[in-house]
Amino acid sequence: MRFDTVIIGGGLAGLTAGISLQEAGRSTAIVSTGQNALHFFSGSFESLEEAPERIVGLFARAGIPLHYSPGVRLMPLGTFRPAALSLDDVSLLDQPKFARKVLIVNFQDYQDFFSSFLADGLRHQGIACRIVTPGHLADPSMRVRAGELRSVQIARTMDKFWEKAVQEIRILLKDEDAVILPQVFGLEDPTIPGRIRAGIPARVIFVGTLPPSVPGTRTQRLLKRRYEALGGTYLAGDKVLQARVEGGRVRNVTTRNLGGHILEADHFILATGGYFSKGLKSNPFRVYEPVFGLDVRQEADRSKWYDADFQAEQPYMAFGVETDAALHPLRDGQPLGNLYAVGSVLGATRPELGSGAGLALRSALAAVDQILSPLDL
Amino acid sequence: MKFQAYTVSKYNFDECMKCTVCSVYCPVLQVNPLYPGPKQAGPDGERLRLKDPYFFNYALKYCLNCKRCEVACPSGVDVAGLIQAARIKYGQDRPTLRDRLLASTDLMGTLARPVAHVVNGLTGLRVTRAAMEAALQIDHRRVFPKYSGRSFESWLRRQAHAQAAYKDQVAYFHGCYVNYNYPQLGKDLVKVLNALGVGVQLLDKEKCCGIAYITNGMSDIARKNARHNVSVLEEAVHGRGLKVLTTSSTCSLTLRDEYPALLGVDNTGVRASILIASRYIYERLEAGAQLRFKPGFRKRVAYHTPCHMEKLGWGVFSERLLRRIPGVEFTLLDSACCGIAGTYGFKSENYEASQAIGVPLFEQIRAVDPEVVACDCETCKWQIEMSTGYSVEHPISILAQAIED
Repeated sequence: MRFDTVIIGGGLAGLTAGISLQEAGRSTAIVSTGQNALHFFSGSFESLEEAPERIVGLFARAGIPLHYSPGVRLMPLGTFRPAALSLDDVSLLDQPKFARKVLIVNFQDYQDFFSSFLADGLRHQGIACRIVTPGHLADPSMRVRAGELRSVQIARTMDKFWEKAVQEIRILLKDEDAVILPQVFGLEDPTIPGRIRAGIPARVIFVGTLPPSVPGTRTQRLLKRRYEALGGTYLAGDKVLQARVEGGRVRNVTTRNLGGHILEADHFILATGGYFSKGLKSNPFRVYEPVFGLDVRQEADRSKWYDADFQAEQPYMAFGVETDAALHPLRDGQPLGNLYAVGSVLGATRPELGSGAGLALRSALAAVDQILSPLDL
Repeated sequence: MKFQAYTVSKYNFDECMKCTVCSVYCPVLQVNPLYPGPKQAGPDGERLRLKDPYFFNYALKYCLNCKRCEVACPSGVDVAGLIQAARIKYGQDRPTLRDRLLASTDLMGTLARPVAHVVNGLTGLRVTRAAMEAALQIDHRRVFPKYSGRSFESWLRRQAHAQAAYKDQVAYFHGCYVNYNYPQLGKDLVKVLNALGVGVQLLDKEKCCGIAYITNGMSDIARKNARHNVSVLEEAVHGRGLKVLTTSSTCSLTLRDEYPALLGVDNTGVRASILIASRYIYERLEAGAQLRFKPGFRKRVAYHTPCHMEKLGWGVFSERLLRRIPGVEFTLLDSACCGIAGTYGFKSENYEASQAIGVPLFEQIRAVDPEVVACDCETCKWQIEMSTGYSVEHPISILAQAIED
């Protein structure tokens, strides 16, 4: 099969590149080895400092409303982080003391939202908290899995019964000026968080849960749906086994599922992610990039890969594929002219800032611009 | 020091990093609270089962083996393989009469064929279905597939001489459904292949691929069928030098992947020669072969990717084949399980879950409102037709209708 561009990796970076290229009339395929870091998405693209209309437009056409307002967002342990461009689920606050008293709503038997930790954190900010844990709001069959409910299961129930949940919360609400809910709303429909806000007579703030992230899962689904609606070919659960490189350019790739049926293209984008997604792998001696065997920026001395202080910035997280200024990755010191490395495989992210999503978007769009530019030969 | 660079574990279960992404894509977990989900039933449970088989959990029977956990897993763990292998290894339940009847697609087909109109009439009656529910726990709301009075094998055998005249030749693993229930699909394939200058041969007495035996706790019968099928496949591939085509996504997956993974039957000599027909036809068209299409052909088609097609990664071939047909207005449906999973949805205890799983797909089909739903799986066809009222056809059948006779 022949495409204009083959993208290796189907997460945020790969889908952003694929959607942009399809919108520009190019034919593309995405090879995705399993699901991706969007399932851990906080809902904010922190490293984007100015208002990026292009990204807001791209997401809006996929049915994903974004909003932009520099401020802070509330974290699951009651701390705050700077945030600007975000999914509508995320409440962007202008200051950490955002309320006098809050009502924190949790769900019975829900494993992945720690309301007491959250309340402790907020009390340090001088915010009074009351935690309520209503029973199974709508679906008694959920009781079977006492103590084991995960975000997605609650989210599926809430997609049907969120209006009932709103009514119940209105009854529980006393003199609090804000309500905090876990991010378990709108797995299918991104408008539900906004409708919940409209239905509760207090400020409503959705706070992240342990993964899988409900807004992230929804974002993945809507981006993939948009990509396929534009005619993109999404090869789920496949894997690039081999790449043919000639004269400093990638000619084609062979995948596990398609076997002898090779994928040819003029351009290739490497969006395989970091260690979690196996875009970068390690053995006791080195960190390497498994698809093309690209040069990886790293510490040669293994003892310098990590800091013994677990909480410190870990050097190995900054390791990544070396590129030239145009994002062409290097192999044996030489750039591969029609390959672009984007997203976490670049290793430039700082996880403690949660900046992976911003890097994914920016680098993907930079690669797309070069592919669409007539200067790219 | 002996150095092992990578972990090695059966079904790759040591690679699981507990990210729980599989649980997002498990259709059963979302509708049946009795099922522990792919992570717990698969890699988590395996650690415990390795210590003590006591930890085997009978709720593993709720796994419908759709493999969507494996497609979703970013770490390459064969989650569904682990679950099915555990059922084979530790399961103590003897299959019931109902399970034996549902699994024996081959035998049931052979028995029903001579009296097909009687059987079809009976399974359509409310009283029969109520009796089957009472006696066998086969849900009375389930619509049964019809049997054909004449088998596909006997039809093709009568054509053997004409088929031998074509320059290129392939063998066809038709499966039980084409043979006993719906020979028209096999005839459609023969029409398309003949139009491409390819003749079709039978295997030397294929048996049921065995998937229904595996999922109904009769892996010993499945293993016998697998050994037999691998030997007849070897005869076709190495003796006659043929590729072997299939039209059923589940038969394909079973022959290629489940034989070695679940039954321990080595198929390395034939695996690469077993191809779904849409892939073979697409590749011939890519290589320059021509089909003559009817000028006025028009159809609005929505393609549903069956779970096992998704796992094979071959949905793209059926999709592209349909998009190539002049006059086809194509919509790709979101890849989602329809809920039936072969014999699973026939069982009374699974019926409700089976229907609930299919809801997002059914709703999308109604919203798209196509003239026909295309899909490569016979049991998806039964489920979608019964649950939505839309007719479902195989991509090869749609292609056969679009080309000149």
